[in-house]
Amino acid sequence: MAEMDVSSGGGHKKGPGVKKGKKLSTRVDLTPMVDLGFLLITFFMFTTTLSKPKTMEINMPYKDEKMEEKDQSKIKASTALTVLLSKDHRVYYYEGLGDNPEQPPEVKLTYFKNQDGIRDVIIEKKKNVELLKQQGVLSATDQTTVLIKPDHNSTYDDLVNILDEMSINDIRVYAIVDITPVDQEFIQLTENAN
Amino acid sequence: MCDVAFLLLTFFMLATKFKPDEPVTVVTPNSISEIPLPDADIMMITIDANGRVFFSIDNKNVRRALIEDINEYKGLNLSEQEMNLFAIGASIGTPFNELKSYLSAPPEQQREYDKNTSGIPTDTTVNSEQNELAAWIRTARNNNPKVRITINADAKAAYPDIKKVINTLAGWKIFKFNLITGLKAVPPGTAAYEMQNQGMKE
Repeated sequence: MAEMDVSSGGGHKKGPGVKKGKKLSTRVDLTPMVDLGFLLITFFMFTTTLSKPKTMEINMPYKDEKMEEKDQSKIKASTALTVLLSKDHRVYYYEGLGDNPEQPPEVKLTYFKNQDGIRDVIIEKKKNVELLKQQGVLSATDQTTVLIKPDHNSTYDDLVNILDEMSINDIRVYAIVDITPVDQEFIQLTENAN
Repeated sequence: MCDVAFLLLTFFMLATKFKPDEPVTVVTPNSISEIPLPDADIMMITIDANGRVFFSIDNKNVRRALIEDINEYKGLNLSEQEMNLFAIGASIGTPFNELKSYLSAPPEQQREYDKNTSGIPTDTTVNSEQNELAAWIRTARNNNPKVRITINADAKAAYPDIKKVINTLAGWKIFKFNLITGLKAVPPGTAAYEMQNQGMKE
């Protein structure tokens, strides 16, 4: 197909009795270059469609000012894990809902790490809930619930990371709620203690 | 034949640059979600690292109808030319009272303005006059009820700015929306990894 002929001009005339000189014909085949061209085209075609941004679907809980407290679904404290997002990508967490002023929960600090981070905490919590279900303390319909409370000094990155952890760990019941002054106090106390 | 190939290649390299320039670039955080951005009927609310809010909607005809409604509703006295410019443009980050001067300015001035603007004013409730984003969203939905809402925010944006946008959406009873994210691989050994492998084995 595509060829370039750079052969040394062989003698057109063959003199009588002249030995045939060795003709070095170098024909460069350019077919691979065209293949490369098409490869590059297909590469660019695919990468520009692949770089189309991906999305995360978010379903916020239905909020109505007229909704009564009793209409809102109740969360069982033993299934709940509360996660507080704070500054510098810090993640404070505690078991339960933290709504009993008599028994303040134990607040711990972790980060978004692949090992020993919030992911391991969530996996641990899931195991505990499964155990409680096996023991009969919780019914089969109860699921691990995570309450996400971002503080005003957390970033969007923290929020997306924690929502991503929800899908990574297959947590189906979670909610983003406003942080309460009580929770902010918990963070203060934990920060002061360390 | 290789000429044809290179012609096609250069065409594709250049053809991807025909979109209008966005006023601000945003680095989104990453997630494992692989759901692609829908092709049509998307409204994009962009929030940059400083919390400035920009608004955009696709489809030229919807944009044209939108700016006409906004013009009437807010009494902006936009000319035909300015409205056409809006219809073919990209994101908008100006308050209503500066919209006319922004649309009538030349592109370099618009770029300068975009660097220093404070974005579209937002507030936590939809009923306040300051919440111009609420007005944009409501008018856009009136013109295209099927529009899907996406939030394109920078990873470093502070949560309170995101919260204002989410509350504005909640005020209009919009509880389902999309967050634009980059793609990251599913970490091995997790529940999502198992589900992905099971899906592939089927």
